[in-house]
Amino acid sequence: MQINKLQVEAIKCGSVIDHIPSQIGFKLLSLFRFTETEKRITIGLNLPSKKLGKKDIIKIENTFLSGDQINQLAIYSPCATVNYIDEYNLVGKIFPTLPRKIDRILICPNGNCISHNNCINSSFIFIKKPNNNMNLKCKYCEKEFSKNIVLS
Amino acid sequence: MRNSLYKKNIISINDLKRDELELVLKKSAILKKKSAPDLLKNKIIASCFFEASTRTRLSFETAIYRLGASIIGFSDGNNISLSKKGETLADTISVISSYVDAIIIRHPQEGSARLAAEFSNNVPIFNAGDGSNQHPTQTLLDLFTIQETQNRLNNLNIAMVGDLKYGRTVHSLTQALAKYKKNKFFFISPDVLTMPNYINNMLLERGISYRRCQHIEEVISEIDILYMTRVQKERLESTEYANAKSKFILSTKSLKNARSNLKILHPLPRIDEIDHDVDYTPYAWYFKQAANGIYARQAILSLVLIENHF
Ligand SMILES: [Zn+2]
Repeated sequence: MQINKLQVEAIKCGSVIDHIPSQIGFKLLSLFRFTETEKRITIGLNLPSKKLGKKDIIKIENTFLSGDQINQLAIYSPCATVNYIDEYNLVGKIFPTLPRKIDRILICPNGNCISHNNCINSSFIFIKKPNNNMNLKCKYCEKEFSKNIVLS
Repeated sequence: MRNSLYKKNIISINDLKRDELELVLKKSAILKKKSAPDLLKNKIIASCFFEASTRTRLSFETAIYRLGASIIGFSDGNNISLSKKGETLADTISVISSYVDAIIIRHPQEGSARLAAEFSNNVPIFNAGDGSNQHPTQTLLDLFTIQETQNRLNNLNIAMVGDLKYGRTVHSLTQALAKYKKNKFFFISPDVLTMPNYINNMLLERGISYRRCQHIEEVISEIDILYMTRVQKERLESTEYANAKSKFILSTKSLKNARSNLKILHPLPRIDEIDHDVDYTPYAWYFKQAANGIYARQAILSLVLIENHF
């Protein structure tokens, strides 16, 4: 089975992150440091999508995202799908689910938090709140923030 | 009793389970009755104060000497070669952990103690205050004092007065007392310095009742513990401060209808929020509370460093 061949050039082997809400694709690239690899990356922005109206798509050759990485995608683009491609064939399709904790990619909004120092990776856990809201709690300073504050 | 605190990092009061709190309180009482100068003989403890806090440091250091251990360390992070040379906290802790059996750390940034624990190669870390975040031994000595004066930690009416927004001692103490049943809280503070929502929500979620009040006099006849804290001038505009001063200062007059078992606590230093006349009433307990800090710290140090001593 071939996917999205007409929109963005198909890749032979690797991961395709599909159904990213438009405007978010670029953010994911930098947040997840996908650009720090030597791997060939193709991106499509504002592509037509039945589900979302407009969507972004990222294809990374010869890289298979880890389960953790995939789940961390869920906080920025909850309806993304990750397709694994081998020899141009779809060999796996994964739907991210919200992880319990999220390491490295977020920045603690507390300016006096030690996690801003060099060589420290941030780390947050999700805290479920009444009326289905989600807070993020910094492992270091123990402060709790609403999801939107940390993500903005 | 199994000592589950052995080799544990003491970073946040929230990390301690209720039976662990009880273990510390029990041990504090034992050490208060009978000193144990050989308990930590041959142990070396680092006292690393990256910001000055003379009271806390002296209290910890006294506790260490009373247990027979030795101390290395520094008392002001600005004046040590470590920070002048720009070494990271992680590296400093890694190095010091190879010298000692435990590390006490005071640092101006929130989360520093948690970070230190990640680089201490299993040498236990004691948080002596990380920015506005946690100061768990303060809470332990507060609990010990409350239990000692009231013979219980449940079914108490506790009023907290002053800066409830930024006061980390009142946050931690509320969190700790919320682990016990039937405690009731009264929060008395200027409007701009009220208890943060995460504390209020925690109480609501656990079905614990709390009330915001305007004056100490309103609740004085109902309470067992009056926990005073300082309102820092910088936190308020000058008119607000003048107003707050008159409202949140404790005088002997406000104690007129107090219960006989009432005890007034304060994490100290006091500036002017408790009139000096109050010191001579039987309710004043803040200096005894500070003295209890030695026993609570002796207790937690010995429990973390020795597996069996009951
Ligand atoms: Zn933080």
